[in-house]
Amino acid sequence: MTVAPRTTKASGSGNERVTYRGEGRMAWLMAGPAMFLLALFLIAPFMLAFVLSFTNQRLISPNPTDFVGLDNYRRVLTVQLLTLEPLVDAAGAPILDENGDYTYERVRTYTRNNPDYPQYEGLQTWRTLDIGDNKLVILAGDATFLTALINTIIFALVIVPIQAGLALGLALLINRRIRGVNLFRSAYFIPVVISMVVVAILWSLLYAKDGLVNQMLSTATLGLFPKLDWLGNPATALPAIMIMSVWQGVGFQMVIWLAGLQTIPFVLYEAAQLDGAGRWHQFRHVTWPGLRNTAIFIFIVITIQAFALFTQIDVMTQGGPLDTTQTVIFQAVQRGFARQDIAYGATIAVVFFVMVLVVSLIQRWLTRER
Amino acid sequence: MTDQTQATTTKPVFESEAEGPTRSPGPDWNLVGRYAVMIFLGFIFLFPVVYMLVSSLKPDQQIVSDTNSFRAFLPVGDISLDNYGAMLDRVPAGRFLFNSIFISGVTVVLGLLINSMAGFAIARMRWRGQGLVLTIIIATLIVPFETIAIPLLFMVSRFPNIVFDGAFPGIETGWLNTYHVQILPFAANAFSIFLFVQFFKSLPVELDEAARIDGAGHFTIYRRVIMPLSGPVVATVAILTFLPIWNSYLWPLMVTQTEDSRPVMVGVSFFFQINTAWGEMMAYLSIITIPVLILFLLLQRTFVESIAASGVKG
Repeated sequence: MTVAPRTTKASGSGNERVTYRGEGRMAWLMAGPAMFLLALFLIAPFMLAFVLSFTNQRLISPNPTDFVGLDNYRRVLTVQLLTLEPLVDAAGAPILDENGDYTYERVRTYTRNNPDYPQYEGLQTWRTLDIGDNKLVILAGDATFLTALINTIIFALVIVPIQAGLALGLALLINRRIRGVNLFRSAYFIPVVISMVVVAILWSLLYAKDGLVNQMLSTATLGLFPKLDWLGNPATALPAIMIMSVWQGVGFQMVIWLAGLQTIPFVLYEAAQLDGAGRWHQFRHVTWPGLRNTAIFIFIVITIQAFALFTQIDVMTQGGPLDTTQTVIFQAVQRGFARQDIAYGATIAVVFFVMVLVVSLIQRWLTRER
Repeated sequence: MTDQTQATTTKPVFESEAEGPTRSPGPDWNLVGRYAVMIFLGFIFLFPVVYMLVSSLKPDQQIVSDTNSFRAFLPVGDISLDNYGAMLDRVPAGRFLFNSIFISGVTVVLGLLINSMAGFAIARMRWRGQGLVLTIIIATLIVPFETIAIPLLFMVSRFPNIVFDGAFPGIETGWLNTYHVQILPFAANAFSIFLFVQFFKSLPVELDEAARIDGAGHFTIYRRVIMPLSGPVVATVAILTFLPIWNSYLWPLMVTQTEDSRPVMVGVSFFFQINTAWGEMMAYLSIITIPVLILFLLLQRTFVESIAASGVKG
């Protein structure tokens, strides 16, 4: 390669440098392999997700693929309310069943081939609520997905403050130059490097009825705590997965908090002490303001991880019991992979991406330069 | 795993930081409290791992009977490697381990090569489109793998695959059940490129200029000057590539149906089909976790700093 200078770019101040002949070609050669693979395995499938979501593509199908417009999105996102009044006879008196309760029309008279109510066509019952004498039926295009979406949001809402807060507590605890502190940092960090698959199987055994968690709780409370089937009980399955997920992930955020803590200049604490600030005031007025961007980053990372909840579910509960641990990505994989409905799986993936995008844009906005 | 015991046996509580004129004599109860909390938390974070390793050495009945005492965390009683032998008889664990080592090894090496070259081109060369390429690479960081998994499955199931059946190469449809379907999608990594770009930009320009005076071309500068100085970022990228690949589950679950190509995490499903033998399961979990634990314990600082480096993402 020749090194003869060809042109000098003098436009940017302090940025000028000679460009060498063949430099452009060489640069494309060196960046080429990575750019090609990123285009093929990241950008192309990303765009394909949108394209597929407008079709009825299946993984393997004898039928040709059709463009179906917004049908998939309609199925994923439709929610309708339907109020049912008690049935009355010709005289206007309510018709009661054998238990003396009011009777109602069946929901399927509205959702199956009823030309008077096209807005309910094909919908599934998600929940039924009693409002006075009436029944309020919440209908969804895909009741399982609606459950999954709500579970995912609950999971994120619960786990984000807990995991971020515990991680900050751990970071403050070990942000001291005392003996053995690195040992503890490593101990808290170990679950992060262990595969979620291993963690999930291990905790399934720990959560078993005669497992270690029940034993330890029973011993600690002198037998007062009842032995629970943590993963088999609709009330405890999702909380059990939350606890395990925090246990596995909190060390990661601890390390990031620590990095943030170490960027706060020590002189600020000295100044605060001179002004007579106590521990809490130092934290409130020195530490916390210095951690603002770290905090936003940590909240966003945990939120996105929580939205992507999959492995724990696939290994531990498969969405059960009673759909209480269904999640968005578990549904995407169920439909797109297990049932080979690629188009519908891609649609859920797009919905997931929009959720992540919204959260990321909030982060951009919060950390914008002012 | 011996963290708690070390901390208590060396009794650092009463000696450390006891000097200083402002301290009153006697134990610093604040510090004692801090150590107590740290030790308790150490137990919380380590007990499942200790339980796994210890139980893998015990017969099934003893695992169950030890559950109600502290013996659950101690390698006592009828200790042997029998579970490992029985597990290896039943599960092709050797094959799964080989697959995982091969796949993650090749991905790390390939990833280091192509991502560092791309990083070099962006950070230390001048070419048209440079800014745009970096912008696109950074923009892709927002796309989570879960978004592209399903369409990617669709794509690779239709890619042509060259197979060698006897002497003649033939072409089949679909990349399923291969090694390359588990390697190529993860070789190029936008975040790795970003880390290389940042590191390369921090190196002085004079290095390139000096090498150029000696007649070196760009690739020589990359290979002989820049890469030898890039140990820290190479270690970071290697760890950040290795760990997710070794631990990956969703992708191999979708693209490997045969034992021949399965990595360790998907191999776990073997235990879902047969009646569960706890000891053997613990042995399998231990054997696929120990390599990562050893790497972590050897390279603790690098691990923690690498993961903290991913904190700049976004």
